[in-house]
Amino acid sequence: MPFTTPNLDYHALSPEIVVTAVLAVILVADLFLDSSRKWLLSNIAAFGLVAAMAPILSLALSETDVRSMVGGAYVVDNFALVLKALFLGIGFVVLLMSSNYIEDGDYYEGEFYFLLLCSLLGMMVMASSRDLITIFVALETLSLPAYMLAGWRKRDLRSNEASLKYYLLGVLASAIMLYGMSLIYGFTGTTVLAKIGEQMHGSAAHQPLVTMAIVFIIVGFAFKVSAVPFHSWAPDTYEGAPTPVTAFLSVASKTGGFVALLELIFVGFFGRGDVWGPMFGILAALTMTVGNLVALRQKNIVRMLAYSSIAQAGYILVPFAIAGSNDGAGAKSAFTAAVVYLLVYAAMNLGAFSIIVAVARKTRSGEISSYGGLYEYAPGLAVLMTIFLFSLAGIPPLAGAWAKLFIFRAVLDAGTSWAVLLGVVAAVNSVIALFYYASIAREMWMNPVPDGDRTPIQVPAALVTALGITAAIVIIVGVYPQTFANFGDLASLVP
Amino acid sequence: MLTAAVFLPIVGAALLALIPREREEMLKAVALVVTLATAVIGLSLLFGFDYGDAGRLQYTVNHGWIEVINSRYHIGIDGISLPLLILSMVITVLCVIYSWDHFPEPHNPKAFLILMLVLETGMNGTFAAQDLILFFVFFELVLLPMYFMIGVWGGPNRQYAAIKFFLYTLFGSALMILSFLALYFKGGQTFDIPLLIAQGGAIAHGTQLLIFGGLFMGFAIKVPMFPFHTWLPDAHTEAPTVGSVILAAVLLKLGTYGFIRIAIPILPEAARSWAPWIGLLAVIGIIYGALGCLAQRDMKRLIAFSSVAHMGFVMLGIATLTTFGINAAVFGMVAHGLITGMLFFIAGSIQERFGTRELSRLGGLLLQAPRMGWMLGFCAFASLGLPGLAGFWGEFPAILSAYQPAAGLSEATFRAYMAVAAIGTVFAAGYLLWMLQRVAFGVVKPEFEKAHIHDVHIPEYIAWVPLLLGILVFGIFPHLLFQMTDAAVSVVTHGVDAVGAAGAAAGR
Repeated sequence: MPFTTPNLDYHALSPEIVVTAVLAVILVADLFLDSSRKWLLSNIAAFGLVAAMAPILSLALSETDVRSMVGGAYVVDNFALVLKALFLGIGFVVLLMSSNYIEDGDYYEGEFYFLLLCSLLGMMVMASSRDLITIFVALETLSLPAYMLAGWRKRDLRSNEASLKYYLLGVLASAIMLYGMSLIYGFTGTTVLAKIGEQMHGSAAHQPLVTMAIVFIIVGFAFKVSAVPFHSWAPDTYEGAPTPVTAFLSVASKTGGFVALLELIFVGFFGRGDVWGPMFGILAALTMTVGNLVALRQKNIVRMLAYSSIAQAGYILVPFAIAGSNDGAGAKSAFTAAVVYLLVYAAMNLGAFSIIVAVARKTRSGEISSYGGLYEYAPGLAVLMTIFLFSLAGIPPLAGAWAKLFIFRAVLDAGTSWAVLLGVVAAVNSVIALFYYASIAREMWMNPVPDGDRTPIQVPAALVTALGITAAIVIIVGVYPQTFANFGDLASLVP
Repeated sequence: MLTAAVFLPIVGAALLALIPREREEMLKAVALVVTLATAVIGLSLLFGFDYGDAGRLQYTVNHGWIEVINSRYHIGIDGISLPLLILSMVITVLCVIYSWDHFPEPHNPKAFLILMLVLETGMNGTFAAQDLILFFVFFELVLLPMYFMIGVWGGPNRQYAAIKFFLYTLFGSALMILSFLALYFKGGQTFDIPLLIAQGGAIAHGTQLLIFGGLFMGFAIKVPMFPFHTWLPDAHTEAPTVGSVILAAVLLKLGTYGFIRIAIPILPEAARSWAPWIGLLAVIGIIYGALGCLAQRDMKRLIAFSSVAHMGFVMLGIATLTTFGINAAVFGMVAHGLITGMLFFIAGSIQERFGTRELSRLGGLLLQAPRMGWMLGFCAFASLGLPGLAGFWGEFPAILSAYQPAAGLSEATFRAYMAVAAIGTVFAAGYLLWMLQRVAFGVVKPEFEKAHIHDVHIPEYIAWVPLLLGILVFGIFPHLLFQMTDAAVSVVTHGVDAVGAAGAAAGR
């Protein structure tokens, strides 16, 4: 069979092309800039990300809704565009968080931004992948730079540990997943998800081998999204990695994993809800409960947020668990719930991490007790942190509440008693979670300053911008959640 | 206009946030102006209200809000919401006045006033909301300011009390929101309260029972009903005076209001099945609260337990599901708001002057501060339900209504409840007079003999006189309130009666 050049739609690929060009520029510029002018690199990266938003906008406004390439392996539709925009937004905020951190900490700068953009590129590709191989390539593109970023504080043992643990477990997960993918290919003879999806109703409907393959693939991604019991790497990695990288891992990398799961489940394996439904149910219940209970005991704020983000992943798993029940009637609202949660989670978690970066500039500590009396010397940071925490806890009128409401809606839309039970577990968990989120608020507002040092915190402009963006999203979406309404047609993936 | 009444306070809060912390006078002045303006809007609502048609929602606003889930910005008030809305506005103004030079430690009037204004938006919004999601948002909006108010400005055990209050209520509201969503799916994909009332009866009986159970948890914790009341004594005791007043006068009513506005009219069948149990918990609450009072050594804690007992009367009235009982309940809510709010004000002032609220250390208030002593006596008598004062009209009809509960409810059960509740009033007289005796009568304890105890201050007068007048006026002219509520209550009980009639017909 002769090789035919695939027909590429360059307009559809332009966001990825812009990001690739920018990271090439960074790599070259890094060679020629002397160390006093390395700060330029972060600006180049930031402008590059903003520039990449332009083609996304033009694609969103264009007449063609779905642009499919390479035999359906690479698709640019509304779902892909929204998530690409989300990834660019996350990347932009992480850049704002890290520019001063990396500069002051005397770390390598050029490589940092290069790797960060590489990882983002992988995520953007992931948003368009509708094919097993593309998903795998995207996953490795986003993971490999992340392994290195986690070890960026190279003179710190814990950062080394973070990187190594993340790497070993990540590779293990990839191996398991790849095995599952090869089984699927062996059975169906195709790697394109849409075609796999057709066979799931027919010949592959009750094959034990296919069941095993699906389990393997889900377990592989359960590592990526740090679902219990595959979460053991997350707290150590999050604590050891530089804080902006932790923010990046806990938001962007996790979102990347969930995007892949959405594609796999809703396009590829939708017919086999009997396999993944119960599996996600158990994962979700365990992840929420264990994440929250362990978070209760944490003394270090980054570790606590690590467990909190595990628990949050549990909430996002809930809609997966119920998507297939009731003959798929609730699939659409399950899909919307997962996407909405990902969007909101990104804003509130990045906001909380930005505060941690800002406060650590003064206290040089990650202990929760070092937040004592924050209100007295940094009222602005204390108010914003309170907003982010209570949004994570799901208190209206903040964005997190609506994200949770969408989950509950999906649960009741499915309507089965298992679904409702899972909803009750989620409801009880949100009460447990409030306890530790409120404990930070208590520290900031009700306890005295530990060392009596009340000098105000100097927050650099980049961090202020990061905080402004995230807080604005949390509050605006909180008061006027109709901003979500336009994502209703995102559910195009749902069969 | 109703929108302004709801959101003016939070606009004021944003305004306060812009004023620097050091300019206390200006902060206080702005807060006072904002709350007064809100109250003026409230008065104009009161005068513009069409009393001939009090059962109809008035001043309605109905805009699209979250179209994805068909939740709308729908607000409006009827004869039940109106008095509670006015109560919330008046209490907030009085609290700002009372705080004028009484800011509890650690001072910081700016944050305190901002919280108070946010709280007011939450309270007003809850009473005006006609959409379940909107109701939920306002219901929850109340939590955060109260949490901080107790936790930052409270007594020695404040952090425990604050988080207990928060977790308890949040647990209830988590189940409540699940029930709301269930109503949405079972009741025709809408969150609109009037629409749900129109079609809620169509839900299958078993499902109704479950949904009502979720709503019950949400509201009963807020009321609080026995056995979910344990957060209340802690929260009340530790909260700063103003926090206690708002908590007692308005926040507790959010729970009972939820029953009347949402749970009963939307799910009349389930309400009928649940009513005997609600009644049972209500009378247990009456007796338990009263006995709890007798065991207290702290004045504020005693008043807190008396709230449990009083809310028991309110819930008993609601549980009868009759027009008579629910009218009494609404009256009881307003009366309890005025009287208990006032009692907490006095307890706060006593604490400020003596530095203690221990009943065993107090005594002879009438000798040292006779005016305050008499006010305390007045409120104690109002609270125990002396005819001619407001408390009577909440308590007595509630008991009486249990004699003849709605069709389909067991008369024997409710008459037994009635007897128990009547005994509860005797206890109420017991503990309130006992408190009055310990605090106001007798001789001054040696440790305070030399202390200079200032009688009622000017800000206190301004804050208290309206409440005292209210207690007296509503005591003498109860129809002022009953005429407002009656038509609206009939609308609530209409569904229950229909179900009862249908049940009786089927039984025949």
